[in-house]
Amino acid sequence: MMAGEALLAVEGLRKLFPVGKRAIWPRNRVPSFLHAVDGVSFAIGRGETVGLVGESGCGKSTLVRLIARLLDPSDGSIRFDGEEIGTVPARRFGLAPQRGQIQMVFQDATDSLNPHFTAFRAIADPLLRLRRLSGAALRARVAEVARLTGLSADLLGRYPHQLSGGQKARVGIARAIAVEPRLLILDEPTSALDVSVQVVILQLLQDLKRQLNLSYLFVSHDLNVVRLLCDRILVMYLGHIVESGPAGQVFAAPAHPYTQALLSAVPRPGASAGRSTRIGLPGEPRSPIDPAPQICPLYGRCGRASEACVASMPVLREIAAGQFAACHHPIADAVEPRLMAAG
Amino acid sequence: MNTLRHARYVLGENPVTALAFAGFFVLVLCAVFGPALAPYDPLASDTAQALTGPSAAHWFGTDQLGRDIFSRIVVAARLDLGIAVFSVALAFGVGALLGLAAGYYGGWIDRVVGRSVDTIMAFPLFVLAMGIVAALGNSVANIVFATAIINLPIYARLARAEANVRRHAGFVEAARLCGNSEARIVLAQLLPNIMPLMMVQVSLTLGYAILNAAGLSFIGLGVRPPTPEWGIMVAEGASFIVSGEWWVAFFPGIVLMAAVFCFNLMGDGLRDMVDPRRRT
Repeated sequence: MMAGEALLAVEGLRKLFPVGKRAIWPRNRVPSFLHAVDGVSFAIGRGETVGLVGESGCGKSTLVRLIARLLDPSDGSIRFDGEEIGTVPARRFGLAPQRGQIQMVFQDATDSLNPHFTAFRAIADPLLRLRRLSGAALRARVAEVARLTGLSADLLGRYPHQLSGGQKARVGIARAIAVEPRLLILDEPTSALDVSVQVVILQLLQDLKRQLNLSYLFVSHDLNVVRLLCDRILVMYLGHIVESGPAGQVFAAPAHPYTQALLSAVPRPGASAGRSTRIGLPGEPRSPIDPAPQICPLYGRCGRASEACVASMPVLREIAAGQFAACHHPIADAVEPRLMAAG
Repeated sequence: MNTLRHARYVLGENPVTALAFAGFFVLVLCAVFGPALAPYDPLASDTAQALTGPSAAHWFGTDQLGRDIFSRIVVAARLDLGIAVFSVALAFGVGALLGLAAGYYGGWIDRVVGRSVDTIMAFPLFVLAMGIVAALGNSVANIVFATAIINLPIYARLARAEANVRRHAGFVEAARLCGNSEARIVLAQLLPNIMPLMMVQVSLTLGYAILNAAGLSFIGLGVRPPTPEWGIMVAEGASFIVSGEWWVAFFPGIVLMAAVFCFNLMGDGLRDMVDPRRRT
């Protein structure tokens, strides 16, 4: 699939958040944990764009914050360019040499810009801290990055409230690419923008990727955007990656029932009878607090479930070339589902 | 510079604020050049001229020892303003740091700071200030110290609340991605964001601090006579109001009131000056 070692390799990553008050008495009460990310493994190759999709609350944001090293993982390893970075505490990761190589564009451009910093100061921030640039060198680099992201020079002196949504998004992107990262995490970079601006920003991201030789981890709700931009996609549900594979292939023939339901919810222009093709998932997601480790996360909402789904947690296995699904009854072998259940 | 131009814009837009700043400027002028500006020696008594009303020679009249009240008011500005500014600076500095640390880090720092501040707030504040000055001794440094302590909780609580709502803001995460240390995030990223609200508080507490210092002197716990100080002058003049010599207490009182008024009115202007979102 990819030549040589991956740029980012995540193995068995877990993040558990303690829930509720810690018991003072009795001491022996077992604390509850919310499993936000529960044993996730995947890799991102050099120059690859990987899409991460899933519903709200499935752990996408926690996963990207673990990879961006803003959060400490509870378990598992994060290897970047062959080096383990998951063990460096997030509070001290600012001093790690990889800090500048993994950068992130935030979902809400307004919230991610300090209202008291001008656009210039915002873009200069990583250069000041990570590159120790100053004076003319700093101004030159900021101007260069601004040019790359299509920000005109007169906008650099403005404060965030004096910029439009698209301009703020550009400032956020400029700040992220200023220190020449190799992996750029895009956390729904266009969800807060108008549709017309979205297209322009997505185009900009595509151009930057080619020019700067970046790898993208692209988190999005917008499946059409993911299909267009991404080489590979990861489908996440309740802290687990339930399916991964080449974007075109997964979109054409989803193997996991959850992916199938997710894709059927994408509105398609012209399909007025869309209701009939839509596959609904009944009920609510299972609770992420102290989930039973052997039950499939989709159990209870899945029409294909059998006893096997409560007996053992399905793991990712190859369904087709490069396409993996964590399901006992993947759709690819839907012809004989009973056989699978029996086996 | 940009900031100066913005400050001029704020003052031009708001004449009341401009007036307050002008009043503050006059007070600062008196504080710096007071002894040179005063027409008489504030300590020189002249019993022949005792308790004369306002006249061309003595604008605000004379007190029971024949001292010129106008001169005493002008000279006292340095002491009163000094106590107010230093105590507010101390309360602001310590309170903002404690509050920021409590709000940003949470956990045990938050609990320790929160409970300590609650303990201070549990006392009637003026009585607490009296107690501190009485216990530590009657000196200007102790008045500053006492006034700072009773003003500290407001700053600590305000900074804590403002830092707490911003600790998970996107720009804080972004700052961490940019390689900022935790201390730098607190001081260079969060502090500027809470400055507008803090400045409003500064103007309010400056007025309160001056009243507090005057109040302590009024009950005999602050500066000692014959040092010119607004609170003492009001206290000394109070006994003459019944016998008709109203000016002895009236003029220091009105100046005290004007100073407090002026500080409070400055608040909005100060906020607008440190808040870039007010720029258009």
